[in-house]
Amino acid sequence: MKHKTFFWFILPTFLAMFVFIFLPIISTVLQSIHTPHDKILMTTENCDPFGCKQVTSLDHDAINNLKRNEPLGKFVGLEIYFDRGHLAIKNVNKLWQNNDSVSQFLSSLYDLPFYKALFFTLTFTFTVTPIMLILGFLIALAVNNINQKLRGMVIFFSLLPMIVTPLIGSIILFWMIDSRGIIGTFIQWIFNDPFLSLKASTLLTWIMLIVYGVWHAIPFSFIVFYAGLQTVPKDQIESARIDGASKFQEIIYITLPHLIPLITFVTLIQLMDNFRVFEPIVGFNAEAHATSLSWIIFNDLGGETRQLSSAASSSILTILGVSILLLPILIRTWKDFYIKK
Amino acid sequence: MSNKSIFFLIILILAVGGIYFFSKDQINVALKSDVNGKCNIEARVSIVGNEFPAIQTIGKGVKNCVGSVVKTNLTADHQKIHVAGMSSEPAEYTSAIVANTSIIPLLNNDLIRPLDDLVKSYGNKLKTNQLITINGKVMAVAFMANAQHLIYRKDILEKLNLSVPKTYEEMLLAAKKIREAGLSNYPIGGAYKAGWNLAQEFNNMFIGYGGKHFKENTADPNVNSDAGINALNMMKSLSEFMNPDFLTHDSNATTAEFRAGNVIMMNMWGSRVATLTNAEGVNDEIKNGTDISGPLTVGGGKIPASTLFWDGWTIAKNINDKEAEATFKAMIHAIDPLIIKDENVKNEAVWLIDGYTPTNTARGVFSAVEMKTKPYPMLPYIGLMHSAIGAELADFMQNKEDAKKTLSDIEDAFRAAAKEKGFL
Repeated sequence: MKHKTFFWFILPTFLAMFVFIFLPIISTVLQSIHTPHDKILMTTENCDPFGCKQVTSLDHDAINNLKRNEPLGKFVGLEIYFDRGHLAIKNVNKLWQNNDSVSQFLSSLYDLPFYKALFFTLTFTFTVTPIMLILGFLIALAVNNINQKLRGMVIFFSLLPMIVTPLIGSIILFWMIDSRGIIGTFIQWIFNDPFLSLKASTLLTWIMLIVYGVWHAIPFSFIVFYAGLQTVPKDQIESARIDGASKFQEIIYITLPHLIPLITFVTLIQLMDNFRVFEPIVGFNAEAHATSLSWIIFNDLGGETRQLSSAASSSILTILGVSILLLPILIRTWKDFYIKK
Repeated sequence: MSNKSIFFLIILILAVGGIYFFSKDQINVALKSDVNGKCNIEARVSIVGNEFPAIQTIGKGVKNCVGSVVKTNLTADHQKIHVAGMSSEPAEYTSAIVANTSIIPLLNNDLIRPLDDLVKSYGNKLKTNQLITINGKVMAVAFMANAQHLIYRKDILEKLNLSVPKTYEEMLLAAKKIREAGLSNYPIGGAYKAGWNLAQEFNNMFIGYGGKHFKENTADPNVNSDAGINALNMMKSLSEFMNPDFLTHDSNATTAEFRAGNVIMMNMWGSRVATLTNAEGVNDEIKNGTDISGPLTVGGGKIPASTLFWDGWTIAKNINDKEAEATFKAMIHAIDPLIIKDENVKNEAVWLIDGYTPTNTARGVFSAVEMKTKPYPMLPYIGLMHSAIGAELADFMQNKEDAKKTLSDIEDAFRAAAKEKGFL
């Protein structure tokens, strides 16, 4: 494509990205370094159906005055990033000094909301991504080898987990694994323990979320790999067979290398997706056992308190996290591109 | 006309006719429901609020008004949209129906207007205790009260010769006996879902032990106290008699457990009593065996371990005076004392409307008022405290840390949030 054609071709996308992605990120950065003005409190007499009493309320005239002068709020720099709700620099420092062993330090770190969310997010990302890559590839191989007539139907059913909206899928499973639900009761029957409950144990909740994550993500890797398998050069496979290669060697030395770009692509997308894990936590009511970075943002924005600065800081930290996660793969792809050129 | 379009026309006529045929009863009811006189308005009325039956009744009443556009948006997510919907100029919503929790963000953001003049002109049917005043100005008009109180199975308690518990200590003893008798493995129910619900149960218990959330007239947290530790330990003891999934059970799930006969005693919202045993599939044993009483006390205290709530309406600040006047008139029309002439409407809530006498389902909330239950504290920073409690309490309930640590975590989490919001 000529440079000029390319420019006109990409312009609408570029404009949309500028307005809907770039500008909001700038605004989020601005919000994360400002907080609302200091509230000016006064004591007033309030009455309701149950009587009157002296309580503290806000002096709106004084606060509005402050707002008019500095509509963005109070500039605080990186203060929110470092407070207890986020990186908690002071608390971490204290924990580091008070705890002798690293494992003790890590377990007390888990008590801080941001690190708690980060632990689960990373665990989720680094278990779900490899498992779904491997399983997706195996399913693709299996489907590729079954009878042509059955294939269409099998592909359709394999895609179902992805068709189901994540939130709905997790709510359905939530009731099935309830201690009175069909899976919950079945597990109690297997282990012969009427007090066993998936939802009451942190470990089991984590496993459940990871299993759900894998179940939901497999169709994506499966369908991409299945498409890739259709393009594996037949003549190479044939010559390998003539040379006496086993089925396993065929896969290792021909199919996999051929699929490397696709594997990189799926890994990239899935790392990004899994790092933003959110719906299963809401759907499974799992916030007592597992929280994620996206859930923290949601929690700050939802409800009646709306901590915008806090949510903005968490968002920026999430963006940084995704960038760090993807950096190695991006660098690799970049290098490959230039080497091939 | 081609065959095809005739076919579609017939289908269309059938569909419209069918819809009319099957819904004409509702249409008639809606037309007839205009019993409480006329309501003429000159400007736009737009309302956002919760969705439970009593508020649906208010919504219907507002829609009887004629003369201008009337819109209602009644949803359980009302408290997530009312601030945004009232911040614009002019505001999308001219009125928000709120409770003493959800009014706080509206007050904090200065989004509702004083109603004194309107009350003077149009509020002659209001009782003084319906007026919510802040710093001497009327900011909301309450129409119903709500509180959590005991709901229990009379039949089971009688079977075991147990008296109705009046304190949480008695509830624990009763639960032990029920479990020993093999009548239920998890006899106690409670909305202990991590987050808002769990924090609300803590607030109840904490107030029952005489705790105060903040140091006098400041935003300095004060939950790390003996009252806090006692409250947590009592909640842990209760949870041992609850379904092991209790941290995922909100009011709906707890209600379902009660309807299924698994829960024998629970601390539950008064607003749920009227519909508790009406649901499909509730057997007669449970239907006839269910009874209610007042809230429980704890630790030998006199003040119940519960909080009083009111529901009422507010009027937006960012609208013109005409719209405010129209909205006020429409809302007054909707809570006209005549509405409780209808038995069904009367049963829907503990109305604060003039002429209301408590129904059988309202006994719990009424005795909560009589027992001098404290209202949910209407402080600008209580919402931040509530979320801090909700976020940090789960660790304690799962035996991951002790009470002292959890309480100090709550205070730390609150301090960080309050600092960000400019309260500390």
